[in-house]
Amino acid sequence: MIEQQYIDLFQQYKSEIDSNSVGVLNDQRDAAFETFKRIGFPTSKIEEYIHSDVSRAFDTELGLNIRNIPIPVSPYDTFKCDVPNLSTNLHFLVNDRYYDNNNQIEGLPKGVYAGGMIEFAKLYPKVFKEYYGQGADYSDNGLVAFNTMFAPDGFVFYIPKDVVVEKPVQLVNILRGGVELSVNRRILIIAEPGAKAKLLVCDHAVDDVHFVVTQVTEIFAEEASEIDFYELEENSTKVTRLTSLFTAQQSHTHVIASNITLHNGYTRNNYRFRLLGEHAIATIGGLAIVDKNQHIDNYAFLDHATPNCTSNELFKYVLQDRSTGVFCGKILVEKDAQKTLAYQTNRNLVASPDARMFAKPQLEIYADDVKCSHGLTTGHLDDDAMFYLQARGIPTEEAKMLLMVAFTKDVLELINIESLKERLEFLIDKRFRGELMRCGSCNVCQ
Amino acid sequence: MLSIKKLHARVEGKEILKGINIEVKPGEIHAIMGPNGSGKSTLASVLAGNPKFEVTRGSILFLGKDILDMEPEDRAHLGLFLSFQYPIEIPGVSMVNFMRAAVNEHRKYQGLDPIAAGDFLKLMRDKREMLGMDKQLVSRSVNEGFSGGEKKRNEIFQMAMLNPKLAILDETDSGLDIDALRVVAAGVNKLRTPENATILITHYQRLLEYIKPDFVHVLQNGVIVKSAGPELALELEERGYDWLEN
Repeated sequence: MIEQQYIDLFQQYKSEIDSNSVGVLNDQRDAAFETFKRIGFPTSKIEEYIHSDVSRAFDTELGLNIRNIPIPVSPYDTFKCDVPNLSTNLHFLVNDRYYDNNNQIEGLPKGVYAGGMIEFAKLYPKVFKEYYGQGADYSDNGLVAFNTMFAPDGFVFYIPKDVVVEKPVQLVNILRGGVELSVNRRILIIAEPGAKAKLLVCDHAVDDVHFVVTQVTEIFAEEASEIDFYELEENSTKVTRLTSLFTAQQSHTHVIASNITLHNGYTRNNYRFRLLGEHAIATIGGLAIVDKNQHIDNYAFLDHATPNCTSNELFKYVLQDRSTGVFCGKILVEKDAQKTLAYQTNRNLVASPDARMFAKPQLEIYADDVKCSHGLTTGHLDDDAMFYLQARGIPTEEAKMLLMVAFTKDVLELINIESLKERLEFLIDKRFRGELMRCGSCNVCQ
Repeated sequence: MLSIKKLHARVEGKEILKGINIEVKPGEIHAIMGPNGSGKSTLASVLAGNPKFEVTRGSILFLGKDILDMEPEDRAHLGLFLSFQYPIEIPGVSMVNFMRAAVNEHRKYQGLDPIAAGDFLKLMRDKREMLGMDKQLVSRSVNEGFSGGEKKRNEIFQMAMLNPKLAILDETDSGLDIDALRVVAAGVNKLRTPENATILITHYQRLLEYIKPDFVHVLQNGVIVKSAGPELALELEERGYDWLEN
């Protein structure tokens, strides 16, 4: 049994896990452990994981940095992210721990917290206890249970009532290690009523070893708040990234969640968006560019639980070489959720005969006065457009690239930070040209 | 400049061109007329190298080079230009990026460095103004949301940008109102030099009032049934194509 080594590990080291973390996280470990023992990791026997047997990633000897052995890295000095100068408010998680450089990070309005989770638990014990783990339901998800058992630390972004954070905050997740490693981190975003903020999360693997990462993110958008949550994955092909995002939106909120997979190994992103208050809007974007043997699976579940809410989902994939893409978009419109507007679009460009795409839209509607639509297309590059470009002297490879870049444009339109959008256009262009090397701009591995 | 000999071509297994012979010299304008389905557009596509069409026999020499095995982009670099009957919409590719890529690929072939940003913008502006194109059009995606007339005008704009040796205008007049037709024809006439040549493919005589051809060929059922001077176009206008059938 794949799970046994982790069960043994947890039982043996529970006290050390606790002593290197903090009360509220520790309080939830035992219950998560009981669930994990019962359901284990998801396998392809579960319908939602039919194309992504994530359990196999754990079927190896993975180390866990339970004792918090310091990782020799000084990211502020050595790391240059591919999205530079976006934010003066830059934070790092090195593996699953917050990197504290003891510097005051400037540029945040009074009362806003952006930083390590353990620290936040000490500074704001009441707020933390009220929110941590309240969105991340692990009752039917072994990955979330596993993360809840082991996660020692993470990142918290807390915006108090009516505070607007104009500049985006940026979190860079760095993976470092000399041995194969299991990394389990948490992200918690709390926007109190009327608060507004933007967070960009970038994933970078620095060392070329096998990492298996679980990341659980909870976003709580209280009444009339606005949260933008952008994720950019640029990992090596040896990284398995398994994320779970849970949102809870109260009335008159707007959450934008956009995930860009620019370079990866094996990725499964689970999303659970919940529209709990009336007149809430969820804007969800996903873009995946994969080649070689890369694998990307986005599973988006959207729950319209109350009337008058709007959701807009757009997922696009570009698949080259022998890569695999999976998309499942499930929309549930509950019985009382009248006047729901829910739009879902999934478009996929299969640019190689050996690449494969599995796509499935699922609409479950129990209310009768709603507008819901879904559109799904999977196709190849347009021959007529190719010929048109070539007839103007643009060579085949360049023409392909222009069309692939063009295909990604409308997902970027969902991004609300102009400089990030421009930077992504540049990175996507580089990506298609094969110039986006692993850690292209990172000094650590030069 | 262009020498087409005994050209046979087919699409999806069906033979469309059944032995075409045409000679085009520098400075000449040739009109190819003919009823629908006679093979006019197939000839244009074959010349530009559309991979959907298969040449089964015959030869095409352009500037002394056999172009049949060449990719469309290589033919373009040599100086061949096709103005499409149905220009393609390409959402997400801006006109500016498209034209910059096209111009620079031509320059690369000629051994020149990429065009300087300022020179490029000036070139775009000059050609745009010459064709009376709205400024908004060139800042949009290629042909996206353009009207039929705007698309045709955009084809001639691209031709002006790339300055080809041989331009093949496939039904450029269709979908144009009379004012747009005048502007487009004036643009084509302005681009004429003693060194370059034009092939006009058209159904109607109307375009030939504005662009005077030196030769008129009638294509019917995949072969040229008659070639003559510009007076032939007028005769066709009067009598239709039927009288040529035997």
